[in-house]
Amino acid sequence: MSNILELENINYVYGVGTPFEKRAVDNVSVSIKKGEFVGIMGHTGSGKSTLVQMLNGLIKPTSGRVLFDGADIWENPKEIRKIRFKVGMVFQYPEYQLFEETVYKDIAFGAINMGKSSDELDRAVRKAAEFSGLKPELLTKSPFDLSGGEKRRAAIAGVIAMDPDVLVLDEPTAGLDPMGRDVLLSQIVQYHNKRKNTVLLVSHSMEDIARVADRIIVMNKSRLVMYDETKKIFSRGSELEKIGLRVPQITKIMLTLKERGYDISDGILTVDDALAEISSLLKKEGKIW
Amino acid sequence: MVRDVAFGQFFPGKSLIHRLDPRAKLIMLVAFLVIIFCTFTYPSLLIVILFTVMFILLSGVPAKFYFKSLKVIIFIVIITSVLNMFYGTGTPLFEWGILKITLDGINRAIFVSIRIVCLILASSCLTFTTSPTDLTDAIERLMKPLGKIHFPVHEIAMMMSLALRFVPTLLEETDKITQAQKARGADMESGNIFHRVKAFIPILVPLFVSAFRRAYDLATAMECRCYRGGFGRTRMKVIHMSKRDVLSFAAMGLVICGVIICNILLPAVL
Repeated sequence: MSNILELENINYVYGVGTPFEKRAVDNVSVSIKKGEFVGIMGHTGSGKSTLVQMLNGLIKPTSGRVLFDGADIWENPKEIRKIRFKVGMVFQYPEYQLFEETVYKDIAFGAINMGKSSDELDRAVRKAAEFSGLKPELLTKSPFDLSGGEKRRAAIAGVIAMDPDVLVLDEPTAGLDPMGRDVLLSQIVQYHNKRKNTVLLVSHSMEDIARVADRIIVMNKSRLVMYDETKKIFSRGSELEKIGLRVPQITKIMLTLKERGYDISDGILTVDDALAEISSLLKKEGKIW
Repeated sequence: MVRDVAFGQFFPGKSLIHRLDPRAKLIMLVAFLVIIFCTFTYPSLLIVILFTVMFILLSGVPAKFYFKSLKVIIFIVIITSVLNMFYGTGTPLFEWGILKITLDGINRAIFVSIRIVCLILASSCLTFTTSPTDLTDAIERLMKPLGKIHFPVHEIAMMMSLALRFVPTLLEETDKITQAQKARGADMESGNIFHRVKAFIPILVPLFVSAFRRAYDLATAMECRCYRGGFGRTRMKVIHMSKRDVLSFAAMGLVICGVIICNILLPAVL
């Protein structure tokens, strides 16, 4: 499959020439294939939020190139808005960007900016609301009357309504209750499966990323330290712990068992997989029948 | 970005000026601003310039930040000095139809521009070297006598420090919301004036909503800690005058005397 996004030697420095100068992204190169679900993890301040803001041209890299479908997005700076419709970006706590009189209008904001016709617009808004799990009767309400979780969904729907080829979500589950996280996450996965587009999920919840991502980018201190398939990343548990990231609990248990000499495969990410692995192991050793 | 404005920013440091009592700095600033506008001879103007250069050097803040703060007012300086140039009296040096340039006009232009520049530099020096909390603390202490006539000194100082405290927060919030709306294709750079004003609605509405939310949260947090105004309140950091404050008052006194003596002894240019 071809690469939809490529970063070539990206650097980003905040506040150039002031006493507060800070390198947020240090020489990162990465390519993301079409249709993949990529997780981006790293500590607070590891540069992951800065990195994703360069994917749709919200900030311009200090040096290096960002390629979308093989073309440099900064080749024609006047056309940068078009990239923002192709690479949809949901910020952290997106509910704080709602401003319209009704939820419907707010979801439509991005799609209107794209210049969609009214037929298309209506379909896009309703579909986006459905994808993000927003009940149709909420569309006529004021966004400020919704609950926290509903606001979050409305804001995500506003980006989905632009029907982007790449959807970037920065900590979409932050501040939600465990139930809300699970539902929102599975909705994102469903959307990804149906729409077959590329999704980038920034998170520091290992459990979340382990569940949904095909590949994982690990950032540490402004640098990209790992980029590999999810299972391979989590089989490097001790390295992850060294940079202060936790592997999912169940993965840690299985890695510990392996260290103790049991024949267990790498990168077990869910309790179900662990159960299957352990019972097959026990069968092999003749402990259960 | 909005954060690029240098005027009013605080640069933490340990220079002599940083360590002065904020009240002393405030009083000296006011005195200096008055004396700037009492310069009528070139020697007195020179004293003012030298003093300005001296405290800029003493503040330890890189000179480029002072230049940055001047950038904002450079047009005001140019316009006022050009206007002043044509408003002088006396025999004209040059004449262009109704426009006359006289020696008096040139003198006026020089005085006005140097006065404005020194004024901005002096105020910048205060804000560069004094944290907003110290500054409002100083204002509260200086206005304390007004409390006798039931002027709500503490409340006003509290409001000022809260407002200052939230400036960076709201700037950051504006940045974030702008980015989020840009990500949804909001176009703030093109179109006519009406279009542009309209383009700010998606930023202003969420900004107001969040400002109110923060205000409510803060009020609740203050009440939870039993805040009930200034009466009988003690402070964590008590500011007091020290030897260096006395010395700097003396230096300021010398400048004032110098300017006055020059004004008396020498013929006024203006």
